[in-house]
Amino acid sequence: MLAYILRSLMQGLVVMLAVAFIAFSMFRFVGDPVVNMLGQEATLQDRAELTQRLGLNDPVPLQFARFVADAARGDFGISYRQGRKVSALILERLPATVELAVLSAIFAFVTGIAFGVYAAIRRDGWIANLVMSVSLIGVSLPTFLIGIGLIYVFAVELRWLPSFGRGDTVQIGWWSTGLLTTSGLKSLVMPVLTLGFLQLTLVMRLVRSEMLEVMRADFIRFARARGIPERRIEFRHALRNTMIPVITIAGVQLGGVIAFAIVTETVFQWPGLGALFVNAVQFVDVPVMSAYLLFVAFVFVLTSLLVDIVYVALDPRLRGGVLVPVK
Amino acid sequence: MTQPVLSVQDLTVEFVTRRGTLRALDKVSFDIARGEVLGVVGESGAGKSVTGSAIIGLIDPPGRIAGGEVVLSGERVDHLPPEQMRRVRGKRIGMIFQDPLTSLNPLYRVGEQLIETIQTHTDLNAADARKRAIALLDEVGIPAPDRRIDGYPHEFSGGMRQRVVIALALCAEPEFIIADEPTTALDVSVQAQIIALIKRLCKERGTSVMLVTHDMGVIAETADRVAVMYAGRVAEIGPVREVIKQPLHPYTQGLMGAIPSIEGDASRLVQIPGAMPRLSSIPKGCAFNPRCSKVFDRCRVDRPELIDVGGHQVACHLYDKAQAPAGKTEIAA
Repeated sequence: MLAYILRSLMQGLVVMLAVAFIAFSMFRFVGDPVVNMLGQEATLQDRAELTQRLGLNDPVPLQFARFVADAARGDFGISYRQGRKVSALILERLPATVELAVLSAIFAFVTGIAFGVYAAIRRDGWIANLVMSVSLIGVSLPTFLIGIGLIYVFAVELRWLPSFGRGDTVQIGWWSTGLLTTSGLKSLVMPVLTLGFLQLTLVMRLVRSEMLEVMRADFIRFARARGIPERRIEFRHALRNTMIPVITIAGVQLGGVIAFAIVTETVFQWPGLGALFVNAVQFVDVPVMSAYLLFVAFVFVLTSLLVDIVYVALDPRLRGGVLVPVK
Repeated sequence: MTQPVLSVQDLTVEFVTRRGTLRALDKVSFDIARGEVLGVVGESGAGKSVTGSAIIGLIDPPGRIAGGEVVLSGERVDHLPPEQMRRVRGKRIGMIFQDPLTSLNPLYRVGEQLIETIQTHTDLNAADARKRAIALLDEVGIPAPDRRIDGYPHEFSGGMRQRVVIALALCAEPEFIIADEPTTALDVSVQAQIIALIKRLCKERGTSVMLVTHDMGVIAETADRVAVMYAGRVAEIGPVREVIKQPLHPYTQGLMGAIPSIEGDASRLVQIPGAMPRLSSIPKGCAFNPRCSKVFDRCRVDRPELIDVGGHQVACHLYDKAQAPAGKTEIAA
């Protein structure tokens, strides 16, 4: 068990190092930081000085080691454009993205699993068929179109919900939350639906097909032959087995929701990390871009680590060390 | 005669497919008396397992019982509403499946699965159900049952898992058990133990058994009576000794000839020419007629009914004294 988690941790570390290397390379290949910081008119001496100060004359491996050490302490340098610490920029934007992504993920998984199970159990019912057809639309519609459609209906025509921004936020320590005000909550509705909808349909279709697969398993048949009530078979025996493959995909998707909220944030002008990144790309703000890259990688590594742990909780076969000796 | 535990009359099972209706079971009839072990043999696809599924009410769509009846201790069970049938399953009819590796839910401890089943069919509380589960595991020969009850299925070997499956099938003391090829997936060395276990447990409890297998050796050793199935029909049924010693149906004779014997000096095993027909193309008359060495005109037209011959029943025109061609009326052994 411990060895299993340690191994997952090690794998995560390797991934982070590889991504760190790519993020580090960005500095070397996307423009010259000295020119970026000093501008075209700087003297040669200024340039040499800054090059020395930034440590750009040191051997590359040493620079990389310094980059990794700094990043590990949460220091990603200074934004070229805003002249502020990148870590501060990220912390400032993080709450907006996390609140949006987590709510979307919860929305997607709860409704996705519920609909998926329903569609699997009532396979031939008209509601199940309707749900499946709608999900097909969800899978094929691009996210921005859903967002724009929602804005048109609920913000422009019905005027129920605000079309952009986070609304009023409350500051709790360094964390700004939109969950405690009415306008904050209202502002969350459409972005959450937009970001979660694709995930919802994917989760739902996956749950349905996995559950149908599990319901054909021998142990389900045997449970029926023992007279176990059908509800219990569906929700106890089948659902838990269904969740194992679903969790894998779900983990990857959760990472994706947090990391790639970019489109949704752009559509709703959501002041989160995605918007920060889009701006950074426009101005070739390399420190912000590389920090965002590392952040995304970190989220993925973290969620897959969580998935590994949930796996062990769900599937006794993965727990090392047999509880009772096998003869 | 006392009432049979299970009486199957003219049971017909059909699968409705796009290419028409396939008849997997065609008017199958047999009785099983209290405490009796009925062996059911036949090639793959002969309808052995479908018979078991039909009795316990677990035929998957598009299959359905199209006719006939299943009577359990005097009560018809083939048309019970689903909820009532569920209460019959496990409580009055137990079932043991072929593959113990996939019969148990891998995510729950064997104890949880046992206790769940016990509590489904009895009013025992959790503690008593657990005691009962441990006693059952002990009875099926699992060592240290008080510890193994908390093990997961993957911590048990194949043979041990099949013992757990047997314990699960016997949980609620059913009057009748269907064992669907219970040893096919097991090691040869374990097969005999499992068969002996099923036989002993059922003898102790007076439980009747329908033992589906294609292993004549198992039948010879375990069963009281045997039914030979072919293409969804019963070809021959009778006491096991008589059927083995004196098989009447040409198909049974062929089956017996295909068993290798230790004393036999034959260098080649006899095999029945041809293969069993597909369900979509079962020949008219006797289903076996294209492969039968003793076929005559009537076999291609009339379907033979089971008739009493020399202590057992056989569905073959050869033994129908009025109709058989001259010179073939004596028992062809």
